[in-house]
Amino acid sequence: MAVCIAVIAKENYPLYIRSTPTENELKFHYMVHTSLDVVDEKISAMGKALVDQRELYLGLLYPTEDYKVYGYVTNSKVKFVMVVDSSNTALRDNEIRSMFRKLHNSYTDVMCNPFYNPGDRIQSSRAFDNMATSMMMQVC
Amino acid sequence: MEGLTLSDAEQKYYSDLFSYCDIESTKKVVVNGRVLELFRAAQLPNDVVLQIMELCGATRLGYFGRSQFYIALKLVAVAQSGFPLRVESINTVKDLPLPRFVASKNEQESRHAASYSSDSENQGSYSGVIPPPPGRGQVKKGSVSHDTVQPRTSADAQEPASPVVSPQQSPPTSPHTWRKHSRHPSGGNSERPLAGPGPFWSPFGEAQSGSSAGDAVWSGHSPPPPQENWVSFADTPPTSTLLTMHPASVQDQTTVRTVASATTAIEIRRQSSSYDDPWKITDEQRQYYVNQFKTIQPDLNGFIPGSAAKEFFTKSKLPILELSHIWELSDFDKDGALTLDEFCAAFHLVVARKNGYDLPEKLPESLMPKLIDLEDSADVGDQPGEVGYSGSPAEAPPSKSPSMPSLNQTWPELNQSSEQWETFSERSSSSQTLTQFDSNIAPADPDTAIVHPVPIRMTPSKIHMQEMELKRTGSDHTNPTSPLLVKPSDLSEENKINSSVKFASGNTVDGYSSSDSFTSDPEQIGSNVTRQRSHSGTSPDNTAPPPPPPRPQPSHSRSSSLDMNRTFTVTTGQQQAGVVAHPPAVPPRPQPSQAPGPAVHRPVDADGLITHTSTSPQQIPEQPNFADFSQFEVFAASNVNEEQDDEAEKHPEVLPAEKASDPANSLRVAKADSKTEEKTAAGAPTNVSKGTAPLAPPPKPVRRRLKSEDELRPEVDEHTQKTGVLAAVLASQPSIPRSVGKDKKAIQASIRRNKETNTVLARLNSELQQQLKDVLEERISLEVQLEQLRPFSHL
Repeated sequence: MAVCIAVIAKENYPLYIRSTPTENELKFHYMVHTSLDVVDEKISAMGKALVDQRELYLGLLYPTEDYKVYGYVTNSKVKFVMVVDSSNTALRDNEIRSMFRKLHNSYTDVMCNPFYNPGDRIQSSRAFDNMATSMMMQVC
Repeated sequence: MEGLTLSDAEQKYYSDLFSYCDIESTKKVVVNGRVLELFRAAQLPNDVVLQIMELCGATRLGYFGRSQFYIALKLVAVAQSGFPLRVESINTVKDLPLPRFVASKNEQESRHAASYSSDSENQGSYSGVIPPPPGRGQVKKGSVSHDTVQPRTSADAQEPASPVVSPQQSPPTSPHTWRKHSRHPSGGNSERPLAGPGPFWSPFGEAQSGSSAGDAVWSGHSPPPPQENWVSFADTPPTSTLLTMHPASVQDQTTVRTVASATTAIEIRRQSSSYDDPWKITDEQRQYYVNQFKTIQPDLNGFIPGSAAKEFFTKSKLPILELSHIWELSDFDKDGALTLDEFCAAFHLVVARKNGYDLPEKLPESLMPKLIDLEDSADVGDQPGEVGYSGSPAEAPPSKSPSMPSLNQTWPELNQSSEQWETFSERSSSSQTLTQFDSNIAPADPDTAIVHPVPIRMTPSKIHMQEMELKRTGSDHTNPTSPLLVKPSDLSEENKINSSVKFASGNTVDGYSSSDSFTSDPEQIGSNVTRQRSHSGTSPDNTAPPPPPPRPQPSHSRSSSLDMNRTFTVTTGQQQAGVVAHPPAVPPRPQPSQAPGPAVHRPVDADGLITHTSTSPQQIPEQPNFADFSQFEVFAASNVNEEQDDEAEKHPEVLPAEKASDPANSLRVAKADSKTEEKTAAGAPTNVSKGTAPLAPPPKPVRRRLKSEDELRPEVDEHTQKTGVLAAVLASQPSIPRSVGKDKKAIQASIRRNKETNTVLARLNSELQQQLKDVLEERISLEVQLEQLRPFSHL
């Protein structure tokens, strides 16, 4: 369903970014990059309260004419950004949440791998790739 | 050595095999190692092989000459055919199939064996074409090897021995290696590593994406070093404890080599033993893995933490990427730690990888951790799918092969199911948000907000008593109406009162005495003494209730009850039904015992009671509280203006709920009690129950009853002089605690009514919830539409 999926580290550099190959990937990269500002803004807005109370799912970060960008941030400030095609109206909020949850679970599995150093690019985990591909495949 | 006669096919086959084994091209002597390998490929037990060797004279000679070799081959055929090995069998057994040498899949061997006899033209090419190694991934032969692997199986004509040969890593060095191996007793085994990869290779060739991966991986390893390492590995006994496998570095710790050699040797054996499943771990291998596990984690049931495992496997010098992938495959429950099974699987994968096998995309079945072990590690943060997975096939047998296939099959399903479970949880949570609204709807207090008809007491006795009382006491009795309207308990109370009244007149009608007494109750209530007196006055009038109250004729107790119900229609049919069902006879309550309270009533009550008792004997047994008059006292003290009329039952019910003590009520109660024990009994339990259980609601129903009673009372009290008392009683509406005996029935009645109320409310609630859900869904859809229509609203 998603057109682009990105995992951003705490320091705001990408750990994993993948988009459907049909599109101009650079555009998606740029969208993800600009969305980080919105993410930070949302985090800081909620940050007054305890971190625990902050919900991980940020919701729609901002819409463009073709796409909508959703955000999700973990407690360790690792951000997941998902770009969805605006024409895909069937995508409900709950589905976005479930997709983020799957992303989070896969990311956790990658973290559990002792051979993965946090901060490295996620390139070794085939499970993560498969999961991300499955989420994007449906668009095509 | 006996002469050996070979058929043409056999001749050719044997010569080819001889050439195959004749590495050194001596044409005379075959390399022992090759021969041994060949015989191993024949899938014969070792002792049989030894026997063959002895028979053919090789043992004696120390080498395999051509004749020995041929004899040996023949003996192999004999053995494979199941015939006992004997020297004479060489020639005696006719039509012996060609000896089959299996180095890989059955198909290959059968194909080879079958095709060999048929393909004669390929034989010539055999000797010169030792099929290139299956392409473990060697860069040089990667593509070729893959091709050869596949075509090899297809064009097996090559030779039956080709499978044995193919695993060769690189032709130039392998013979050298093999010769070296052959020197060692375990050489035969060590040759297996080459044979092993072959069979392993074919499945991999199919499973993997081709040589590209192998090439890429293998390029990091130069073929010769591994072989040399193998050689060196073979040199060292596989018993030394090793922490790492390091085939790439020849000069490194011997321990490394030992490990590798052990693993390769184990692989070889594995190859020979687990023929069909290249990923199966042999016992030797497993034991070795277990020993390695122990070095890190002495407890076999414990875990190896990720960091320790990382160090361990990093020593194998595999690229981190591959190690990461191996970890992904082997950490079954994704907990960051390795159990024994997971560790063995990981170790096995590392070994395979080091030997050139590409890693599978999915964990092979034989490497999957046993479910039983999974259960131990299941609680370490596994995915729901895995947990379920481990939990279900708990009976998985220790042997991996039989259980693993089923596990493997179910695993992908569970993987999907875990995804589905995730989705479910997501959905369910969302749905719960919807339903939260519903739960928030607090059920309205039935007594206050919802003014729905009070459930009719279906207890025949009570209701009937009430009805009777209603009828008896006449229309002017508001009491009967009110209890009828509100609660049977009230009725019972009233009944009691009425009964007391009726006692005086109870004699008149057995079936109707209750009504009479009921009817007379209001009168009583109005003016206790007067009432009773009136009742007593009326009592002689058995046939008809006192004229003033337009009571239905006693003869038509039931019909009269219906008539009475007209006046009490406010209350609903509960009382009506009750009235109808009410048994004709209302046992007069033994007033003296029942009504200790009001002295005024007492004497009268006593009369009434007596009469009642006489009139309605049958009702007596129905009411356990008949004899319990302590209730009445309390009851009288509490409230009860309400239904003085017929519902002695109602009265008790109302009164206890209310607790408003009222001497008048008590009087009434006494009367009612005397009147019909039934009514009181029926009413008392309900009343008591009402009084005891819901303290809050009872006041309200009682109030309602009060109101209704008030409404009705004027009608009913037309002819009653009880106005004063009645009014007082009504106003107070106390809950008259009933005697214990009456409590039961009152309680039961109230329980019944409450249950009915609950069901009605529950139904209402569900309907409202459904409506709410629908509305919410509509709202969501509307929101979605709105969002679509306003794409730029938010920026």
